[in-house]
Amino acid sequence: MTERVVRVAGGQGFWGDSLDAPRQQVENGPIDYLMLDYLAEVTMSILQKQKERDPAMGYARDFIGAMDSVLDAVTERGVRVVANAGGVNPPACATAVQAVARKRGKSLRIGVVTGDDLLPRLDDLIAKGHSLAHMETGEPLQAVRDRVLSANAYIGSEPIVEALTRGAQVVITGRSTDTALTMAPIRFEYGWSATDYDRLAAGIVAGHIIECGAQCSGGNCLYDWRNIPDLANVGYPIADAYADGSFVITKHPGTGGRVSVATVSEQLVYEMGDPHAYITPDVIADFTTIHLEDAGPDRVRVYGIKGSAPTDKLKVSIAYRAGFKAVGTLVYSWPEALDKARAADGILRERLERLGLHFDEIVTEYVGVSATHGALAGEAPPDIPEVQLRVGVRSDDRAMVERFTREIAPLVLNGPPSVTGFAGGRPKVEEIVAYWPALVDKSVVQTTVEMVS
Amino acid sequence: MRVRLLDIAHARSGDKGDTANVGVIANKPEWYPLISRELTQQRVVKHFAGMLTGGVDRFEVPNLYALNFLLHGALGGGGTLSLKTDAQGKVYSTAMLRMVLDVPDDEARALGLPAA
Repeated sequence: MTERVVRVAGGQGFWGDSLDAPRQQVENGPIDYLMLDYLAEVTMSILQKQKERDPAMGYARDFIGAMDSVLDAVTERGVRVVANAGGVNPPACATAVQAVARKRGKSLRIGVVTGDDLLPRLDDLIAKGHSLAHMETGEPLQAVRDRVLSANAYIGSEPIVEALTRGAQVVITGRSTDTALTMAPIRFEYGWSATDYDRLAAGIVAGHIIECGAQCSGGNCLYDWRNIPDLANVGYPIADAYADGSFVITKHPGTGGRVSVATVSEQLVYEMGDPHAYITPDVIADFTTIHLEDAGPDRVRVYGIKGSAPTDKLKVSIAYRAGFKAVGTLVYSWPEALDKARAADGILRERLERLGLHFDEIVTEYVGVSATHGALAGEAPPDIPEVQLRVGVRSDDRAMVERFTREIAPLVLNGPPSVTGFAGGRPKVEEIVAYWPALVDKSVVQTTVEMVS
Repeated sequence: MRVRLLDIAHARSGDKGDTANVGVIANKPEWYPLISRELTQQRVVKHFAGMLTGGVDRFEVPNLYALNFLLHGALGGGGTLSLKTDAQGKVYSTAMLRMVLDVPDDEARALGLPAA
């Protein structure tokens, strides 16, 4: 008898990832679960704005197309989908998925997880003494309360497990942690209890590895990058999970990319904090207990993971309006490109000064010289072929930022010579929606699972 | 002997607010002790001098032959507030790998380190 395995495939690393990956994950080989992660820190606020404009919106719309592309696999082959595509409106997301299924003459049993949205309860929570202080600065949320756009608690595996137990073919959540989307189906299949911390931690680590899509299977991999084969046809990752908590990271045969100890290690350190304590709602995973082992071509075995009891808090993702910004760019060419770009920056700043424009921040970068590595990049080589001048400003005053955007184009005619690259027109003024991480007592967040079919 | 960190380690970086994290992974397990010895907290503070408004935390992850550094105040406010090209600290990884180490010749030879 072969050992039982649960196959969870990652098909989306963020909202905006490959549109074809979900379909490829169900078509290129057998899987049990398709895990789709759509939510980054600021995604919730974008979705909240969309919901304000239209109460039927507020979810990751790419998910509807993804569901259309995998519908046959779900209804005919029993692949189950777990996704945090619900954003700030999971019920509307479920309705849209049902509409797609109905149009194709299929019926779907969808589990909808809600309860993470704290926005309607925010004043009540603050009044009851929950300060929702900024995790880094300690400042209470009251300071920006009138500018808050969205507030969602990061929720764990429990409601997803409940939805699967009740027979959901598709589970749609709001602000679930990215890792819970992978851990929950494994936990459900093996019946792990809420105190089986080592195994829960293993599921979380599996989730961390595959939550960024192909970033663990050869994408964005620095080690030996030239020799990673066929990234054009990159295979997205699959976690083959075993009952003892160990798992193998792999990908479908015939796909490009690579799964190796190096590619998995790079993903494990991505966005890592204290490696001893990766805190989730379900468990605290100790990344210093992870063992990786080469288990053949495009197979890495992961084992030995330890976990411990979670805290009594949940992290809350809050988004608030934080002023306006704009970034303008111009390209200067040889000869003396860098000197011309520097002169242009000086002229621009003098004009802004003369106009009485004062910004909270103004940042000048020379793309091609020092934009990303600063002084570490060293002196620019003599007389480089070209350089991009990139100037950004930030202010609470929209009019000031707007005025700044009018000062870039004139430089083409009334500044230093050999300038080009202004085809895009005036820079766009963007409203800044900033991220406010906070903690809240677990006891105040109750999730609900609703089954729709 | 001068050894480029780039030739003996790989790295990936990410962000959390205004903090960039840089994970540095030894290309070979036997090179990890040297990298761990050389990449002290102070050394990394010095390397990024002028680029951070906060401090540096250092963590050892020996099971992955890796070190993890948290570079506080690295991202011009972080996330959407930042005006920087690398607002999410994606290439602090390669900025770290610009470091050049001085390794005793005997040790470098014994470990088979590529010379800079």
